[in-house]
Amino acid sequence: MKVSLFVTCLSDIFYPEAGKHTVELLEKLGCEVDFPEQQTCCGQPAFNSGYHKEAKAAAKHLIEAFENADYVVTPSGSCAGMVHEYKKLLRDEPDWREKAERLIAKTYELTQFIVNVLKVEDVHAVLPAKATYHTSCHMTRLLKVGDAPFRLLNNVKGLELKPLPHNYDCCGFGGTFAVKMTPISEEMVDAKVKHIEETGAEVLIGADCGCLMNIGGRLTRKGSPIRVKHIAEVLNSGVKKHADENL
Amino acid sequence: MPMKISDAPFFDRVEKGLNDQFMRNAVLSAQDRLRGRKLLAAEELGNWEDWRALGEEIRSHTLANLDYYLQQLSENVAKLGGHVFFAETAEEASGYVKRVVQEKNAKKIVKSKSMVTEEINLNAVLEEIGCDVVETDLGEYILQIDDHDPPSHIVAPALHKNKEQIRDTFREKKGYTKTEKPEELTMFARELLRKEFLSADLGITGCNFAVAESGSIALVTNEGNARLVTTIPKTQITVMGMERIVPTWEDLDIMVSLLCRSAVGQKLTSYITGLTGPRDEGAVDGPEEFHLVIVDNKRSEALGTAFQSALHCIRCAACINVCPVYSHVGGHSYGSIYPGPIGAVLSPILGGYEDYKELPYASSLCAACTEACPVKIPLHELLIEHRRQIVEEEGLAPKSEKLAMKTFKLGVSSPSLYKMGTKAAPLMLKPFTDNQIIEKGPGPLKDWTESRNFPAPKKERFRDWFDRRTKGEGDNAKRDNS
Ligand code: SF4
Repeated sequence: MKVSLFVTCLSDIFYPEAGKHTVELLEKLGCEVDFPEQQTCCGQPAFNSGYHKEAKAAAKHLIEAFENADYVVTPSGSCAGMVHEYKKLLRDEPDWREKAERLIAKTYELTQFIVNVLKVEDVHAVLPAKATYHTSCHMTRLLKVGDAPFRLLNNVKGLELKPLPHNYDCCGFGGTFAVKMTPISEEMVDAKVKHIEETGAEVLIGADCGCLMNIGGRLTRKGSPIRVKHIAEVLNSGVKKHADENL
Repeated sequence: MPMKISDAPFFDRVEKGLNDQFMRNAVLSAQDRLRGRKLLAAEELGNWEDWRALGEEIRSHTLANLDYYLQQLSENVAKLGGHVFFAETAEEASGYVKRVVQEKNAKKIVKSKSMVTEEINLNAVLEEIGCDVVETDLGEYILQIDDHDPPSHIVAPALHKNKEQIRDTFREKKGYTKTEKPEELTMFARELLRKEFLSADLGITGCNFAVAESGSIALVTNEGNARLVTTIPKTQITVMGMERIVPTWEDLDIMVSLLCRSAVGQKLTSYITGLTGPRDEGAVDGPEEFHLVIVDNKRSEALGTAFQSALHCIRCAACINVCPVYSHVGGHSYGSIYPGPIGAVLSPILGGYEDYKELPYASSLCAACTEACPVKIPLHELLIEHRRQIVEEEGLAPKSEKLAMKTFKLGVSSPSLYKMGTKAAPLMLKPFTDNQIIEKGPGPLKDWTESRNFPAPKKERFRDWFDRRTKGEGDNAKRDNS
């Protein structure tokens, strides 16, 4: 199966690891991965800030970048969610709206793609660690990807997954919210960190670089030993070792 | 209390809220309780999503045909001998009530909880002409005797206070001598309020829903106080927002089910009062005279716009009870009697951007509100629409932001510029970077790095790695793990 990776600007620049693990993971699952070089950003920062002309420019650019793709997979629930907004964003331009709908129909968040399209729930990953999972808002509420990450994580060997109290509460990232409303955002990330600490987890797993940047930034500032991992990394963990053991 | 409850700047209000740990604890535990009860009640119902869809359908149908239903309502009220007044502005609405009060020479007025009367500043207008206006909802009563502390929640106005504070207020203002036990406090308030009910000349209520087909109004209370307000006084005035209308009793049934479950997690609250016109000849109770004031106050300006669905709101506060911003800053930070997500949407519509332009930004757009709303108002989308209007139509955005967005547009539409920019980023941020981490960032990163580290942009972007890998250069297992 041919898969085109939308790596997102955040991952491209700050978290290339998330992208690399995504590529390796998808390849292990039998996909042929390409990376359309023209891609930039989904436009979410502009869209959410009310700059819809600018967001439209980003949307059109992304639509074109993936025009020839069969499947578009992204390691970000939030950016996949943004792509789903294109229909509304471009509603006054019928041609673009139609193109947007085509892109939406083939765009998936990584875990959603693995579980729903590849129909795989066990990727044979191994990660002996105590972890908790942050359900990012856009992924659960806008994209409605509820249990796909959990189905996959539950099959990771050695991983002990602790439920995160108040998991439905936002971590306080919200893109520009984090810099526009800093005092409120700080309190929200602090509450999130407190709940993460309560679980006793050593690792915080998430499927959105934005949330991970926010929570991770607070954790390292506090000097917390809790590490942050993108779900692609977790699912791509220890596979080689696991395969070796089975030899 | 008018709609605007504070003249302090937004961030001062927020700071005050954030520093009030006492309030935050009270709010957090109330939110937890209400949210949990609501989820249970919704689950019990079984098909909550179908109910929501039905709720949305009824509301949008009603709003799309509002003229028709308003006319039907007012004709039916008039047929029953009631008086209907359409008020375009807050002043017109409170002015009409004032005239009726003066005509009746009413001195003592009892009220049941009503947001719209707060919106039109009714109590102050009536107190100015020497009336004694008594709020009979326990929460509102507490706030009223506590030197008119503004409400901080649309269903539980005194949510920001706990029982110790309420005990102190009762002691200080009303000579209370007992403990902070809720039963004792309530008993005390009940004794006081009972006298007020018996001696009132006029009753004022809000309106949860008006039923167009019969010209009735329906009130939902937990304490039964609305029943008393509408039973004893000879004159009753009901004030309603023009959108608080349902076509039929059947629709009312559905809306009340959604309201009670969403608001407090109950199948029904304790009292649902339906009133149809003034008392019939020979009836033992009920008002002799009934007035219905239908308030526009900018609502009709939202009709036919992107904000029309905000008028679907049934004031259940489910959105407020799940909002993480609300839980940290509290209701007063919004500076409006309508706080939380619906307040952030509604206040700028009714009160304008001048007073409320920060509110649409007081949300991380997590969409918890949208998910909670029983009538499916896309609250977070409406917040984005406010932002769009602020930026693109009102031109109120800061210059630096406009510039940043212009640059953004250039960068995202031109891959070569994007590549140049992102390639340069690690170099530019190098002076601020220590061990892959930025602890004190420049420009817009400054606010971020006040409490959080910011990751340094990686030397090798994902696209460079992929490129290298495709060309078979380097080793694809070994990654730059920095
Ligand atoms: S917006 Fe929806 S959830 Fe919020 S108060 Fe109104 S009806 Fe309830």
